Amino acid sequence: MRLTFKGGVHPPYRKYTSENPIKEIGIPEEVIIPLSQHTGAPAKPLVDRGASVYRGTKIGELQGFISANVHSPTSGKVKRVFEWPHPVALKSLPAIIIEPDGEDTLDENIKEDADYLNASPQEIVERVKEAGIVGMGGAAFPTHVKLSPPKEKPIDTLIINGAECEPYLTADDRLMREHADEIIQGAYLILKAVGAKRGVIAIEDNKPEAIEVMERAVRDFPDFEVAVMKTKYPEGAEKQLIWALTRRQVPSGGLPMDVGALVQNVGTSRAVYHAVRYRMPLIERVTTLTGGALANPGNYLVRIGTKVEDFLKMAGGLAEEPVKAIMGGPMMGIAQYTLDVPILKGTSGVLLMTAREVELPRERDCIRCGRCVEVCPMFLYPTRMAYLIKNKRFEEAREIGVLDCIECGSCSYVCPARIPLVQYFKYAKAELRLLAQKA
Amino acid sequence: MSGNSLYLTPSPHIFARENIRGIMWRTVASLVPPLLAGIYFFGLRALLLTAVTVATALLTEYLFLLLRKKDTSAVSDGSAVITGILLALILPPRFPLYAAAIGSFFAIAFGKQIFGGLGNNIFNPALLGRAFLMAAFPVESTVYPPPIRSIFGLDVITQATPLTAMKFSHIKTPYINLLIGNTGGSMGETSALLIILGGLYLIYKKYVDWRLPLSYIGTVFVLGGIFWLINPQKYPDPLFHILAGGLMLGAFYMITDMVTSPVTPKGRVIYGIGAGIFVIIIRLFGGYPEGVMFSILLMNSVRPWIDRLIVPKRFGEVRK
Repeated sequence: MRLTFKGGVHPPYRKYTSENPIKEIGIPEEVIIPLSQHTGAPAKPLVDRGASVYRGTKIGELQGFISANVHSPTSGKVKRVFEWPHPVALKSLPAIIIEPDGEDTLDENIKEDADYLNASPQEIVERVKEAGIVGMGGAAFPTHVKLSPPKEKPIDTLIINGAECEPYLTADDRLMREHADEIIQGAYLILKAVGAKRGVIAIEDNKPEAIEVMERAVRDFPDFEVAVMKTKYPEGAEKQLIWALTRRQVPSGGLPMDVGALVQNVGTSRAVYHAVRYRMPLIERVTTLTGGALANPGNYLVRIGTKVEDFLKMAGGLAEEPVKAIMGGPMMGIAQYTLDVPILKGTSGVLLMTAREVELPRERDCIRCGRCVEVCPMFLYPTRMAYLIKNKRFEEAREIGVLDCIECGSCSYVCPARIPLVQYFKYAKAELRLLAQKA
Repeated sequence: MSGNSLYLTPSPHIFARENIRGIMWRTVASLVPPLLAGIYFFGLRALLLTAVTVATALLTEYLFLLLRKKDTSAVSDGSAVITGILLALILPPRFPLYAAAIGSFFAIAFGKQIFGGLGNNIFNPALLGRAFLMAAFPVESTVYPPPIRSIFGLDVITQATPLTAMKFSHIKTPYINLLIGNTGGSMGETSALLIILGGLYLIYKKYVDWRLPLSYIGTVFVLGGIFWLINPQKYPDPLFHILAGGLMLGAFYMITDMVTSPVTPKGRVIYGIGAGIFVIIIRLFGGYPEGVMFSILLMNSVRPWIDRLIVPKRFGEVRK
């Protein structure tokens, strides 16, 4: 029996690129570094037009408790600090625009620490914070904040998330197969930073090679084990993963640390290794570029700040005209209105879909089939919440749990009436935020 | 490429293949075997009756969509066809065709479209149509012909349906006849076996939550059994209760109507138990021999209340 959660769906996985090794992509002619690539306050720019920057130079300083530094992914000159289309906000936000010089000169402050495995917890957290690391599975929550739980909330279990339950995406699968030793070392450093007793690397059973490689890698780390999870969406959702592995329910409105757990994506874990060992900031990541429209779908090591347009050109261009461009996976990803948007720290995939792959849903009235109730991994009541929200009864929707929605999209996916349920819940959350501000 | 040719729809960007149309038409397909059995037992007149109710249902649906200025392509979603077939299955096979057409019109017009069409109706349209015909054509509604054919040379009961025979004359129809449909009654009342098969298919396809038929039939069985144990001379045994009459059709095709039954698993169990209690009350103490239709219509009316009160316990919920 594979470990799993209750509810969920089985979308077609379409992991076309799982056999494509990670390929490094070149340096684009222009780099866009948004100051807000993470949950929380945007970074404050440290450079202005004309400034020289190098690979790894800090160009934006975190502001406030939940925020993250941003760095230049290559050497060159700052062209300007200006608003640019943002792939998550879906509007233009301040960004630092850099013209690379092609030399890719490393910032001289970035030096290896040979004794990195003996770094103290404080040093680990400090280096992670300095490196601007955020959750790379998509949520982009600043990692140093997750690594600094208050004393009254001790963490005993660290979960390294290699579930990769989103269809199409294979970046984490490839990372585990090709860089298992770096992931496990990063995981060890995280375990040390928070003082957890046990580490679990969770992988869905549709990735047998990754499971094998990781199982070999954990042999040298007695605190760690590999957990094989059932392939089901959203297996990699934080609360669902914690429950599947520990049978602890993160309380409504609470955080994983409330039940002594910490979840980090495998890519984040590797970034922590680079930050602690080499003091290398998060300036590149592995992203799956896939979908029917691409000539060469694959997994690419791409500099953060590369525009999607340049990314796909450098990766071999288009085979067909896409009708939909998605940042992230097909279940939770965000449809883009322009390919000028840059790759962010949290961009796990770019999906360019053709007309054949895309269904344009036509909403009908709910027939109360109950499928949304059956699949909701948070055990919510999607159809009732949508009904209340349509009638602007936001407070009642809150009472039955709309704020607990993790926006995984399982309900919308199964709805035979094609009601955009998740969209209603996002809308209600925004309305409730506004109401709370007014109050 | 030009950015303005990109679709901007919210996530998710992929969907399960199943949609309303698929659900409805596959439900229609599952009704074909009992329908064919009905035609075998009662002749082509039964087919004609079905043709009339289905055609009237489709025509009424189309007219109302047109009048309400809605997308008329919804007429082909299969839901009106289901209502037409179900109505034919619960009418006496020789029911006057013009009256059947009136009933079918009533089912779609006042049972469904007037509430806002598919998804918005409170009552099961076919059952509402049947109830209307019972009031408007009381004589025609209760004359049941015997089947024109019999299988295995078994005796067939004439005139009275098994439930009527039981209720008013204490004559019991053999179980085997009830199971294969070799009895008097409406088409859908008669073939328990094929209806169970169709129902199992619907459960397999997850169009039907097993909780609904199980809680409904289970309640009738248990409650009927209690009365039978109290007085076996007066009350029929529980097996007879579940095989005779329209209980099987009701349990697999009526109480399970998605639109008019509750959404939550717990709500569905409550609903099934409630309807089961009504069946026994009506069959044993009411004026009618059969209680399936009213049991479901009665529960239809409390369905919105069940759906509002039964809220699933959330993940990580802290109950105050």
